[in-house]
Amino acid sequence: MAENKPIIEVKDLKEYFYINTGMFRSKPLKAVDGVSFSINKGETLGLVGESGCGKTTVGRTLLHLYKPTSGEIWYDGKQIKSRSDIKEFRKKATMVFQDPYSSLNPRMTVSDIIGEPLDVHGLCKSKQERQDRILELMGYVGLNSEHAARYAHEFSGGQRQRIGIARSLAVNPDFIVCDEPVSALDVSIQAQVINMFDDLQEKLGLTYLFIAHDLLVVRHISDRIAVMYLGKMVELAPAAEIYDKPLHPYSKSLLSAVPIPDPKIARANQRIALSGDIPSPLNAPSGCPFRTRCKYATEKCAEAMPDFNEVSKGHFVACHRVAEIN
Amino acid sequence: MALLEVKNLKTSFFTDAGEVKAVNDVSFTLDRGKVLGIVGESGSGKSVTAYSVLQILAGTGKIVGGSIKFDGQELVGAGEKVMKNIRGNKISIIFQDPMTSLNPTYTIGHQLMEAILLHTDRNRKQAYDRAVEMLRLVNVNEPERRMKQYPYEFSGGMRQRVMIAMALACEPDILIADEPTTALDVTIQAQILELMGSLQKELGMAIIMITHDLGVVAQICDEVIVMYAGSICEQGTADEIFYNPCHEYTKGLLRSIPSADTAGRKLQPITGTPIDLLNMPKGCPFAPRCNFAMKICINHCAERMLINKDHAAACWMNVKHGIQNGEIEIESEESTEEKKEGGESVG
Repeated sequence: MAENKPIIEVKDLKEYFYINTGMFRSKPLKAVDGVSFSINKGETLGLVGESGCGKTTVGRTLLHLYKPTSGEIWYDGKQIKSRSDIKEFRKKATMVFQDPYSSLNPRMTVSDIIGEPLDVHGLCKSKQERQDRILELMGYVGLNSEHAARYAHEFSGGQRQRIGIARSLAVNPDFIVCDEPVSALDVSIQAQVINMFDDLQEKLGLTYLFIAHDLLVVRHISDRIAVMYLGKMVELAPAAEIYDKPLHPYSKSLLSAVPIPDPKIARANQRIALSGDIPSPLNAPSGCPFRTRCKYATEKCAEAMPDFNEVSKGHFVACHRVAEIN
Repeated sequence: MALLEVKNLKTSFFTDAGEVKAVNDVSFTLDRGKVLGIVGESGSGKSVTAYSVLQILAGTGKIVGGSIKFDGQELVGAGEKVMKNIRGNKISIIFQDPMTSLNPTYTIGHQLMEAILLHTDRNRKQAYDRAVEMLRLVNVNEPERRMKQYPYEFSGGMRQRVMIAMALACEPDILIADEPTTALDVTIQAQILELMGSLQKELGMAIIMITHDLGVVAQICDEVIVMYAGSICEQGTADEIFYNPCHEYTKGLLRSIPSADTAGRKLQPITGTPIDLLNMPKGCPFAPRCNFAMKICINHCAERMLINKDHAAACWMNVKHGIQNGEIEIESEESTEEKKEGGESVG
């Protein structure tokens, strides 16, 4: 289980994309705007939020798939800065993508897909060693050895996601960013894959950043959960605590909107309605980004972004009025 | 009389690889003012069932048997002329993806008015007023300004509201919603479901809600149909399906959803992979994945058996339980076979 030693630390991470607005003009789209968190070894941190809140960008920037605009990323007590750092880091940190249909090369066989990271990092000395390692990885994710010579299109969605997971395990990583790994799968298959993530974590001592919009899935798998809104982290707390007593007004309405698969509870459930849509990140509101949809917003909220304060042990919230409204 | 009565509907797609029986012997009724949920995984035939009702199947698809009665009128084989009067007017549909179901080259107003002008006797002025009224009904702010805008100027949730406005503009008796909230975020999904619920009460229409999300079903449906591989495995009131599931597939689905109680424990997934509709097994389509499959399941598909007046399921396990609990009496070996073959009702 989780140890109290951070394996990943992110400090004030910013990722701006510049959007052309005229011939020589551009405007920053602040996809991630000053996010800090850490993940302990063996822990699963769930990252939730609506589409466009920057949760996927956090995952990708963390692995340097995008170059961070500013901020620091630390792995195992060492800052990742230079190109050689990044190359080493990518042997320890990998990713599982959302869409099992487009993230596997249709022209490669399963064994080539899983073997590619081994070749890139030169991890196998002989052909035999490579083949053994591929079969071992396929065993981890419940694929048979006869699947090795087949192509991705011959598999169902759930099995493709297993191939993607085997590929991410090839370099023997400590840390995996799982970007919506089960949202493209049917309910009955989803549970199989979630259990597999659990088993692999136990067996290989993995640490996960689990990005998803399905809040029931995130609660099941995560030790701690972070909620993002418009590029900012608004709340971070242990999983049970954030579901039982969310403190930020956005987390409250987000969690109350989850449809519960139980008719009696669903009928009795009082939703905390949010008016309107999420603002465009190109024209994010000043101060607290949630203030335009928040019923507790005051002038102070328009002036300054609230700090990300620890209100109780391990429970962080970014809200000026957190003490008054709870 | 039921508003919509579907009996033994069979729809197939004739592909190069062979006949795909997408809907296989589906029967249900829908009363005025009720919300019926159709749940199932991808490929279970839930959307094709709805498309068959409106006869908007793709080129290779064909209704090969059964009957669909709307308000007493037979729709299977009724011809395009009759269907044109039904679609959009009596039965309308909203699709899953609000991004692609609006035409990007016309204004929202144009598209809303088109439906109204086509199906009612209103003139352009009246159609405009009606369109504005509909936008207001689905909580779109400043409807007059919005009428002049194009779909790209709307967010996903707003587009789905426009789709709902369009579907409801002609006051249909039935609204078919094909995964209306799957592409939306949870907070927007909650807004849309609430809107559909309140409009349904206000206008007294019936809704067929097609979804794979049991949470959505629990929130809005009165009755539920669970489909697997083109057949109905269980149907009944929402409470019966959630609190007294009687088909192993439904039980498996409900067990596999993560909840507060499952945190830190293993989920109980349904084993195996979804079925290939081109290679259907002889007996129950769920038997290859079922932990309780018996000999009879492999050779004979169970027929619909009544559990009680609000609930029916097609699963041999109910017969087994019935025999064990003494609810079904067995006189001799032969009569057991007969009873099983006949799919005798239980309880």
